[in-house]
Amino acid sequence: MTEFQHRDMPAPDQPARAETPIVPKTSIAGTALVAVVAIMTFLAALTTGAVVLVMKSASEWQSEVAREMTIQVRPVPNRNVDSEVAKAVAVARATNGVAEVRPYTQQESARLLEPWLGSGLTLDDLPVPRLIVVRVQDGQQPDLPALRDELTRQVAGATLDDHRSWVERMQTMAKSAVTVGLTMLGLMLIAMILSVTFATRGAMATNRTTVEVLHFIGARDRYIARQFQRHFLLLGLKGGLIGGGIAIALFVLAQFTVERFMGSAGGEEIAALFGSFSLGNLGYGLIALQIVIAAGVTAATSRAVVNRTLATVS
Amino acid sequence: MVLDAETSLVRFENVGLRYGLGSEVLRDLTFRIEPHSFQFLTGPSGAGKTSLLRLLLLSLKPTRGLISLFDQDVATLSKDALAALRRRIGIVFQDFRLLDHLTTYENVALPLRVQGQRESSYRQQVTELLQWVGLGERIWALPPVLSGGEKQRAAIARAVIARPHLLLADEPTGNVDPNLAQRLLRLFVELHKSGTSVVIATHDIALMDQYDARRLVLHEGRMHIYE
Ligand SMILES: Nc1ncnc2c1ncn2[C@@H]1O[C@H](COP(=O)(O)OP(=O)(O)O)[C@@H](O)[C@H]1O
Ligand SMILES: [Mg+2]
Repeated sequence: MTEFQHRDMPAPDQPARAETPIVPKTSIAGTALVAVVAIMTFLAALTTGAVVLVMKSASEWQSEVAREMTIQVRPVPNRNVDSEVAKAVAVARATNGVAEVRPYTQQESARLLEPWLGSGLTLDDLPVPRLIVVRVQDGQQPDLPALRDELTRQVAGATLDDHRSWVERMQTMAKSAVTVGLTMLGLMLIAMILSVTFATRGAMATNRTTVEVLHFIGARDRYIARQFQRHFLLLGLKGGLIGGGIAIALFVLAQFTVERFMGSAGGEEIAALFGSFSLGNLGYGLIALQIVIAAGVTAATSRAVVNRTLATVS
Repeated sequence: MVLDAETSLVRFENVGLRYGLGSEVLRDLTFRIEPHSFQFLTGPSGAGKTSLLRLLLLSLKPTRGLISLFDQDVATLSKDALAALRRRIGIVFQDFRLLDHLTTYENVALPLRVQGQRESSYRQQVTELLQWVGLGERIWALPPVLSGGEKQRAAIARAVIARPHLLLADEPTGNVDPNLAQRLLRLFVELHKSGTSVVIATHDIALMDQYDARRLVLHEGRMHIYE
């Protein structure tokens, strides 16, 4: 029997033998599909991770910034700045919901200006505005219009900045980051569905004779669909795990690196921008979910394509 | 299901078939195929033998007329019911249609596998059938390395493994020498004697002369029956 090509299988009287899949694995452009699913899952995970980081940092900044206000007192001719500052401090202290009021001394103001004006300046010679930092009590919202009115009435040259425009700009930014992220995720999903559709169509065309024969010997559509689907579920899972796995590894590495260099100047800047670079349970959970979704979408898409194709032949 | 002796396996009434906008390939066919019967379906090449077998297998719909199989009007079948009907029909294609990536054994066992039977439950049955058709040595060979006659026998074995009520064979001796043709004919006669209704489409007059049976002759789209 050696002159014939034959399977190296035990004789039929021996127990359980693995059955050859009816739809051969090699008839599906599997490697290409795994690569596409892996790339899409990877990009989706990066996008999700970036959005989660931006949102986390934005909300941290927001709560920081929103808990502070600044009163600026500009020197006005014929008025003593120090006494105007003292009046402003008194007004602020008298306001409900204010936790702490701290005027910057002249020296502190000078230090703030040093990078621009250089050291060794006598501020008495210059009309430099003075700052008062007002910290709001946690969970309290002081009556800002009243405070603003009071300041205008009692203090010459005082303005109140409640940082609202900052907070609003940050909220807008965070919202657009989420929108962009969601749009990208949607596009990736579409690209993945299209790839799986083409791969499934290709597989069905390659296995056309098989499908015909299965029909003629009385296989139900469900049975035929299952022969294709088991491949596609596996391919999707494989692609998702590779893509999502690499993304998770990258995020863990980034977090680790940032923590490592936290002491250095660069590390602190990165940390200021992206928080600690840690995605948290939510971020990693979302990425894990995307792996499952990648496999599920692959299986569901191929199932739909197979069923639709089977419905058109008899 | 026990078939009533009065019930026909196949009933055609005024069946016509045309491909696309062409003229009718088959016209006004009215005939029956009874249980436990044996018939040749014959006529010159292009007479419509394959087309008629495809109607019987429900892979073509008639343009007009009524076809009933196992007492069911085939026009109203659901897809699952269609699959169930096909499980009672064995078909040998003219071009075999064996699956090249499955072994001879797996090809022959396919109808049982598709029905959800476990490999261990049909192993002996399949092996015995393969021995009976003389493929005992070729069980693990893949179809591309089988000879024409071997493929023919594998295709026949696949058609009969699930013990169909009706066996359809399209030119089953078209690719083999007269000696093997005679052996295959004996195989069909054996099946007939064990209870299967057999329809053999052939234009091989010499083959038909070897066994005295009913002849359904297609000529210019119409059928003439010689009992
Ligand atoms: N799929 C098809 N489309 C169009 N015409 C077909 C098709 N199949 C068969 N025919 C035509 O139908 C006629 C009968 O063909 P066929 O059933 O194959 O005859 P036979 O099997 O007796 O040789 C022929 O004229 C053939 O050209
Ligand atoms: Mg023919």
